[in-house]
Amino acid sequence: MIDNQILIETIEKFLKGELNETELHEFNSLRQSNAEIDQLFVENSYFLEQLEKYSDTKKLSITIQETVADLKSKGFIKDTPLSTQGQIIYMWNRYKKTIAVAASIAIVVSLLSSSLISIFTHNKETNLKPLVEKLIEQDVKYKKLERQITQIKNKDNRPVKTRVESKFRATGFMIDVNNNLIVTNAHVLTEATHKLIIENNNGDQFEAIAVYHNAKNDIAILKIIDSDFEKLSPVPYGVKKSTADLGDEIFTLGFPKQEIVYGQGYISAQNGYQMDSSFYQLNTQVNEGNSGSPVINKNGELVGVISSKEENAEGVVFAIKSSEIIDAINEIKSMDEFKNSKITSNPCLRKYDRVSQIKKIKDYIFMIKGN
Amino acid sequence: MNSLGQDKYLLEGLAIQDKNAIESIYKSNFTMIQNLIINNKGTLNDAEDIFQEAMIVLYQKSIDKDFQLNCQLKTYIYSVSKRLWLKKLQTIQRFGIQADDVEDFISVESDLQKHHQEQNQFSIMEKAMERIGEPCKSLLEAFYIHRKQMQEIANQFNYTNADNAKTQKYKCLVRLKKLFFAEYKIDNNDR
Repeated sequence: MIDNQILIETIEKFLKGELNETELHEFNSLRQSNAEIDQLFVENSYFLEQLEKYSDTKKLSITIQETVADLKSKGFIKDTPLSTQGQIIYMWNRYKKTIAVAASIAIVVSLLSSSLISIFTHNKETNLKPLVEKLIEQDVKYKKLERQITQIKNKDNRPVKTRVESKFRATGFMIDVNNNLIVTNAHVLTEATHKLIIENNNGDQFEAIAVYHNAKNDIAILKIIDSDFEKLSPVPYGVKKSTADLGDEIFTLGFPKQEIVYGQGYISAQNGYQMDSSFYQLNTQVNEGNSGSPVINKNGELVGVISSKEENAEGVVFAIKSSEIIDAINEIKSMDEFKNSKITSNPCLRKYDRVSQIKKIKDYIFMIKGN
Repeated sequence: MNSLGQDKYLLEGLAIQDKNAIESIYKSNFTMIQNLIINNKGTLNDAEDIFQEAMIVLYQKSIDKDFQLNCQLKTYIYSVSKRLWLKKLQTIQRFGIQADDVEDFISVESDLQKHHQEQNQFSIMEKAMERIGEPCKSLLEAFYIHRKQMQEIANQFNYTNADNAKTQKYKCLVRLKKLFFAEYKIDNNDR
C-alpha cells in the first residue's frame, strides 16, 4: 500500500520543481510502472494546481485591498472625484485610533489567554490516555478458574481450544461480514506482540491478524482467520459519511469489563485533541477497555470509534470520525483479497427503540485481546 | 523610460505581487475607471470591485510567459473594466452603458473568457474552503495563502511540533480535496 501523505508531498514538490534529478527519475519510473499511482498523480496534481491558483489569487486580492485602504487613507481614492475633501478620509483617520486601541487590547487578551492555555496544557503529550485495559495476572488466573468451572458445569465434550491468556483488553466491532473484518484502534495493536484474539460476549476466542494500520488516525482493521468463526448476518449499523452535528446524542458499547457495557453521551466538539480534525470530542463516560468501541447515534448509524480520553478532565473523550473508517476501508479495497469489501451505509435501525437497537448491535462487538 | 517600458516594469512587479507596482497601477488608472463606473450608474464600491477584478485579469496575463503587452496598460485596463462592468450591469439589469467618450480600443473577449473559467474554478475552491470548517480553513490559509512555515503554524495553532502540524495539514488537504471534487461534480451537473 502506498502512503498517501508521502505521495501528496512528493507531488507538491514535483509541481514546485523541488525534486532533484534522482528523485525525479524515481518518481517518473514509479508512475510508469504503476497505473494506480499515475491516476493518483493526475487527480492530485489537478487539485493542487487549482489550490495553488486559488491561493495566489486570494493573496493578490488581500494585497490589493490593503493597497486600496492605504490609498484611501492617503487621499488618492475619494468617493466622488468632484467632491471636495472626501468623507472617507476623515472617517478612516478617526477610526484608525479606535482600531489601534482595539488591536492593542486584542494583543493583551491573546497574550493572557495563551499563557493560561499553556498552564493547562504544559504537559501536552501525557494528557491523553489510551483506553486499553492491562489485565493483571491475578485477574487472568481467576478467569481461568471461572472458565474451568463453567466447562465442568456444561459437561462440554467438544475438544477445548487452548485459551490465550491475554495481557490486555480493548474493544472492536464488525465492519464487513464477508471478510470478517473488525475495526479497532491502532494503539491496541502495540499491546499484542505475539497473538491477537477476538473474543465474543460468551467468551469464545478466535484468532485474528491485522490487515490495516494507521497510527495517525488511530485506526486498525483486523481479520478473523479462525475457521470456526461463524459468519454473521450483515452488519446492522450503517456508517455515517457526513460529519455528525454538535450536540448529537450518541451511545457506545464496549468492554471496560469482561461483559459488554452501554454508555451514552453527546458530541461536545467537532475536533479532537489539539484541534485534530480527524476526531470528535465527546462527553461520555468511558474506561480502560473502551478503546475501539463504536460510537452510534440515535438513528443507529456508526459515527465514530472511541480512541482516548483526557486524563485530567472528567468526561472529555476523543473518537475517530466515521469518515476516516470509510477511507480506511477504501484503502484496503486496493488489496485483491478485499476487493469485495462493503460497508453498510443505510441506517436500518432508525425505527427501533434503544433497547432493541442494542440487542441487534451487541453481537457485532468483540473484545480484542492478545499477548 | 518610455511608457511601454514603464508598463512592462509594472507588469513584472504585478507578476510577483509587488505592493509598490500594485499601488502605481492604482494611482495612475483608478480615477479613470472610477469615472467610467460612476458615470454609468455605479458607485465607488462598484468601481473598487471592478478594478480589483481587472487587476486579477491583468495578473493572470502577467504570469503568462507568452504574454506581450502590445498596447498601453491604461488601454488594456480600461477595455477589461468596461467589459466587466457591462456584464455586471446586464446581470443586475440596470441600464446599459450610455456615455462612451473613450474608445474601447482593443478586443479583450478571449482574455475575459479565460478569466471567467478561472473565476469558476476559483469559486469552486472557495466553496470547498467555506465548507471545510475550522481549524482546517485557517490552517490551509496560513500555509497556502500566507505562506507560513510549518514551525510557525505549529506555534500559532498550538500543535506540539512542526511534524504534527504537517500531519494535520495533510488531513485537512485530503478533506478539502473531497469537498472540491464534490463541488466540481455539482457544478458540472448543473450545466
